[in-house]
Amino acid sequence: MPYNHKEIVANKPSRFTSGHRMCAGCGAPAVARMVLRAVKPEDHAVIACATGCMEVSTFIYPYTSWTDSFIHTAFECAGATLSGVEAAYKSMKRQGKLPEDKTTKFIAFGGDGGTYDIGLQSLSGAMERGHDMVYVCYDNGAYMNTGIQRSSATPKFADTTTTPAGSVIPGKMQSRKDLAKIMVGHHLPYVAQTIALNNFADLYQKSEKAIYTEGPCFLNVLAPCPRGWGYNTEDLMQINKLAVETCYWPLYEVVDGVYKITYKPANKLPIEEFLRPQKRFKHMFKLGNEWMIEEFQKEVDSRWQELLDLEEITNKS
Amino acid sequence: MGIRERLSGNEAAAIAMKQINPDVVAAFPITPSTEIPQYFSSFVSNGQVDTEFVAVESEHSAMSACIGAESAGARAMTATSANGLSLMWEMIYIASSLRLPIVMSLVNRAVSGPLNIHNDHSDAMGVRDAGWIMLFSESNQEAYDNLLMAHRIAEHKDVQLPLMVCQDGFITSHSIENIELLEDDVVKNFVGKYKPEHYLLNDKEPIAVGPLDLQAYLFEHKAQQAEAMKNAKKVIAEVSEEFAKISGRKYEFFEKYKLDDAELVVVCMNSTAGTTKAAIDELRAQGVKVGLLKIRMFRPFPAEEVAEALKNAKAVAVLDKADSLNGCGGALFEDVVSGMYVSNIHVPTVNYVYGIGGRDTTVTDIKSVYTDLSEIVSSGNLNNPYRYLGLRK
Repeated sequence: MPYNHKEIVANKPSRFTSGHRMCAGCGAPAVARMVLRAVKPEDHAVIACATGCMEVSTFIYPYTSWTDSFIHTAFECAGATLSGVEAAYKSMKRQGKLPEDKTTKFIAFGGDGGTYDIGLQSLSGAMERGHDMVYVCYDNGAYMNTGIQRSSATPKFADTTTTPAGSVIPGKMQSRKDLAKIMVGHHLPYVAQTIALNNFADLYQKSEKAIYTEGPCFLNVLAPCPRGWGYNTEDLMQINKLAVETCYWPLYEVVDGVYKITYKPANKLPIEEFLRPQKRFKHMFKLGNEWMIEEFQKEVDSRWQELLDLEEITNKS
Repeated sequence: MGIRERLSGNEAAAIAMKQINPDVVAAFPITPSTEIPQYFSSFVSNGQVDTEFVAVESEHSAMSACIGAESAGARAMTATSANGLSLMWEMIYIASSLRLPIVMSLVNRAVSGPLNIHNDHSDAMGVRDAGWIMLFSESNQEAYDNLLMAHRIAEHKDVQLPLMVCQDGFITSHSIENIELLEDDVVKNFVGKYKPEHYLLNDKEPIAVGPLDLQAYLFEHKAQQAEAMKNAKKVIAEVSEEFAKISGRKYEFFEKYKLDDAELVVVCMNSTAGTTKAAIDELRAQGVKVGLLKIRMFRPFPAEEVAEALKNAKAVAVLDKADSLNGCGGALFEDVVSGMYVSNIHVPTVNYVYGIGGRDTTVTDIKSVYTDLSEIVSSGNLNNPYRYLGLRK
């Protein structure tokens, strides 16, 4: 069935309610809301969340924004925590301790700090063990909750509070980790990279596939942060669009190891278009720093080419 | 009734878990508790339990998964030792703050560093303020019995706290002893079904677990945990009473061995109590009035009752199998003396740090403690209250 945004929003009430305390212009709430819209209305869900912006802004005692069951334990263990919940479900269902006709889905949310870095082991374990769950990383490219410190998802040259662009060292000097590919290396049935774009079709459809594919699935979703990236709050959707149109954040999915790029820009924009509106890259536009933009462009190009190659190779066999 | 067997402490713990038949077990191997998940996995593989076994990639994940499972509405169990418990540390506090009656078998071993795989109590002492009920076991039989009582205590509505059953690594975990097991159905009836009031998998009542809990509420929530720990005392007494009826084995907060008329008293936990009993028997045969107070319930700590039981002693030695490195004495020593002080009972009391890293503690060692106590009594001079036993000079 083709995606119909109006119908989906009209017929599937949000399971992530308003009133939470995420910042204006933050990319993450739209992600949470849309991922959860992909859960069938008749199904129950248990959401696990790593410590981070999303957790501390949506479940401040005694209030919660989550209409489904929700659990938060610590920073690095959303994967393991949800493993336990899912194991309980399997066990109790098998023993007839839960209603037979009711399905529960398991979804974890973690930022890039809780996923790429401190929670990588827990995530890897949960995926390898094959728990029937979806892990959603909302990647805002730094530890935003503690005040914009670099993570392994932070792009090269970005100015963060632990990689400040100084007179000697011009921001973060390392490239970012490719988490989706690490997850592909776990041979999962479904891995996708997506973003909140246009009418949310890409995000919704990939969420639906991930949630209703049996086994461990992973979604990596770019979720810009107005404070950390330094853009105007109203420009969120424009930033998302530029991330995709420059191929900084390619949209693709990997089904049982086979890559499919779900959007190929007809006219790939130069990376400056994505970098310029963000204060974290401001120093790259200073006279004499042209090499930084060139190097950034090279990395984007080579990663995009690698993805095109992977699509070709995996579809051949 | 009762099945006579010969089992190691780890086997006894695994058999208890089999009879309890928890919904989820999540564990990671670490010496000397490795055998527990190992034996248990074979019960799972052979369909002898209904449990979902989660072979996690670390102890941190083991406790995280137990928290997830227990919050989901399941009975969750785990086993670990030493550094495994250290790695769980963050989650240990979260488990108790979420009021989850998770049950753990802790096979005591020295916490690194440097690395050592043998028995002392430094792992348990590292979590003594974490809000877990802690029961210590002298023998395989006690480790088994304590585990059978664990869920009844932990899940009680006035308690709802996690519980760990401790036993000494290698000394009991790997020693085969005679043991009396209960029949499966007796255990099943005794342990009963777990019926949590609120749980994640109840689709009719979605709940949220683990909030950001700020200045307006955290203090009250912590006070409720403290209250639950106090309540545990009464519940432990009741459950132990009931257990005596099905097993014939009666457990108190602590065991008194030839204590009532004893002038010189040793206080200790776990397997050293057995060594102490042997020393007592020899010394009693020579007419020396010596006795033992063996702590079973370390958390909550029965401070008042311990003080009362020690009030007629002429000198007391508290044996700590972990050094607190605080310049003034081990954890058990501090609990015992502060309990006595608050009860206005003032008996000369000394502390011995002993058995660190599995250093053997013999009957001769314990007898030397009684000799020291008798010198304290005769000289009236306590001298240094913070001592070592078995340390090479």
